[in-house]
Amino acid sequence: MPPALMERPKVAPPSDDKRWRIVEGTMRRHGYQPHALIETLHTVQETFGYIDEDAMKFVAQSLRVPFSQVYGVVTFYHFFTLKPQGEHICVVCLGTACYIKGSPQILDAIERTYGIKPGETTKDGKLSLLAARCLGACGLAPVAVFDGQVVGKLTPEEALKQIRRWEQDDSR
Amino acid sequence: MTVDELQQLAATEQEAKQRYKFCINVCVATGCIMCGSERVKEAVEEAVKAKGLDKEVLVKGVGCLGLCSAGPMIYIEPDGIIYRKVTPEDAPAIVQGLVSTPVERLICPPNLPFFKRQMKIVMENSGIIDPERIEDYIAVGGYQALVKVLTEMSPSEVIEEVTKSGLRGRGGAGYPTGLKWSTVAKANGTRKFVVCNADEGDPGAYMDRTILESDPHRVIEGMIIAAYAVGAQQGYIYVRAEYPLAIKRLRTAIRQAERLNLLGNNILGTTFSFHIELRIGAGAFVCGEETALIASIEGKRGTPRPRPPYPAEYGLWGYPTLINNVETFANIPAIIRNGGEWFAKIGTEKSKGTKVFALAGRVVNTGLIEVPMGITLREIVFDIGGGIPEGKKFKAVQTGGPSGGCIPEQFIDLPVDYESLTKVGSIMGSGGMIVMDETSCMVDVAKFFVEFCMSESCGKCVPCRVGTAHMYELLHRITNGSATMLDLELLEELCDLVKNTSLCGLGQTAPNPVLSTLRYFRHEYEAHILDKTCPAGVCPVRQVEEVPA
Repeated sequence: MPPALMERPKVAPPSDDKRWRIVEGTMRRHGYQPHALIETLHTVQETFGYIDEDAMKFVAQSLRVPFSQVYGVVTFYHFFTLKPQGEHICVVCLGTACYIKGSPQILDAIERTYGIKPGETTKDGKLSLLAARCLGACGLAPVAVFDGQVVGKLTPEEALKQIRRWEQDDSR
Repeated sequence: MTVDELQQLAATEQEAKQRYKFCINVCVATGCIMCGSERVKEAVEEAVKAKGLDKEVLVKGVGCLGLCSAGPMIYIEPDGIIYRKVTPEDAPAIVQGLVSTPVERLICPPNLPFFKRQMKIVMENSGIIDPERIEDYIAVGGYQALVKVLTEMSPSEVIEEVTKSGLRGRGGAGYPTGLKWSTVAKANGTRKFVVCNADEGDPGAYMDRTILESDPHRVIEGMIIAAYAVGAQQGYIYVRAEYPLAIKRLRTAIRQAERLNLLGNNILGTTFSFHIELRIGAGAFVCGEETALIASIEGKRGTPRPRPPYPAEYGLWGYPTLINNVETFANIPAIIRNGGEWFAKIGTEKSKGTKVFALAGRVVNTGLIEVPMGITLREIVFDIGGGIPEGKKFKAVQTGGPSGGCIPEQFIDLPVDYESLTKVGSIMGSGGMIVMDETSCMVDVAKFFVEFCMSESCGKCVPCRVGTAHMYELLHRITNGSATMLDLELLEELCDLVKNTSLCGLGQTAPNPVLSTLRYFRHEYEAHILDKTCPAGVCPVRQVEEVPA
């Protein structure tokens, strides 16, 4: 393991948002070592919901990693996103078991009803649709995650009903 | 903590458990949590309290009981009764059932082949211990293998025992574990690392996640023993970000082990020190490949590099590194406790021990199973799995995920071991097993996996980056009815090229799903191309429209 850098230029966070302290905390815990890049980006995404250019620049300077490498890492891994997500997030699993049991139909139904493809957000910023590789809940296929809540043995009708429930709750 | 104190703790825990007459184990692994098992657990706890039985009945959350399709599940000790599809409303009846007759309508028949045909080594504590309490693991003999290793065995004796067991890597390739360990032990390096590969990316596989959720200390114990054997001081567990519960339980487990001085400096009062850190993946399938995984731990893009040098000699930051899969490490404590010869008696000549499979797809009992090597596919699908639902006809079993292949009905009596599966064009893989019936189109399945490999290709080498994209394009044409027989020929040629010239395992195995379906289901490809029909009725083959005169 490369030795920890003793001296480090003080890098100011992009804004005086207090959440940057959480990000700095992660970097400090890893001794500002370049190999903490992915861990730090996880923290950024966890705290802000997405990773924008300012965040990438800040992390790059703090860890003394070229910006190009940070950008490369962020765009390489599917888990990181450059754009803010919608208010509600629906993740449809497209793993093998779910695929065999009809998850493409679920995805298709949502795509047609809301006019968005996986990775996109509706214009009003209400709904983001994502596709997952495998959620590891194959015993209950097909599954989808609605705002963190996993629902198994799903049908296209049931999926649309879940999303409509959000709309009703929000309009109340 | 010293060895004596550890034995003392085990005895105290066992005694504490014996004070209870009954133990209600509620499954709190991901599958059952999705079905609402946390609410069930709360309801059972309340019902026990309402009856005033809290001195006699212990309610605890445990790891996976296996039959995920029938969740939430409850296991009652010492009666051995298993309840399935329990709702919070059933809680009072279940508690009442302890003292009178059990609740008939919820009982899962105990003689079900699903439970009877299994053999548990890796999952022996799953469903019995609370994965969030180290004391529970210690009470059932946990960390005794570590004590044995540290007090009675030299590192080379440990490696010898593992070699004797015949254990092979459970990540898919099946490399002999003992050999890998001795290579790392012999390698020169001022530092050495032990890495646990928990980046289980195969769609349709969730064995590693369940092991980590049900018995995390088992994996940690295996890693510490490995570190002692090869002489490593630092370990990493690389786990997928998609598994939040496994991450949480691992964090808890590491903290508990550190507190009891089973991890850290001078473990159990000896001169041996070992630390474990968690590294969270970020959603890249290729990071399951060992050199890509190393790059990812170093904070870089997860792209593989040519081997040799193998990580055993040149791994993390250039130091010798031992990389094993979760299930491999989970086998180690049992091997040390019972001896390598005991392990070598289980299984077939070349494949020893048991294997955990995630049985899913078109089969009645979906869930997690552990079976001895050499069991036939028929036993897995029809006895344990309970056959195909709705009276449909069995078509194929897909093993090994995107790197594996489809095994047709004619090989249903094939014994499941590394060599047999490779012989028919599939691989053991990490343990995903997807059953398909007549409603699945094999061309569509092949397309599904190629699409997966295409989007997961890291882009470093051309055959994989460009080849998989063209394979997908050709398969797309076949499924929409615009392909010719020439395209099929081209597809076969391309498969051969990608297989032989790609840099890492991802590209080298990406054509497997296509090649195996072409080998056994060529008629389906031809039906799409020549007759413009999809025999299973899945693909949107459009009839070529006649040009109006």
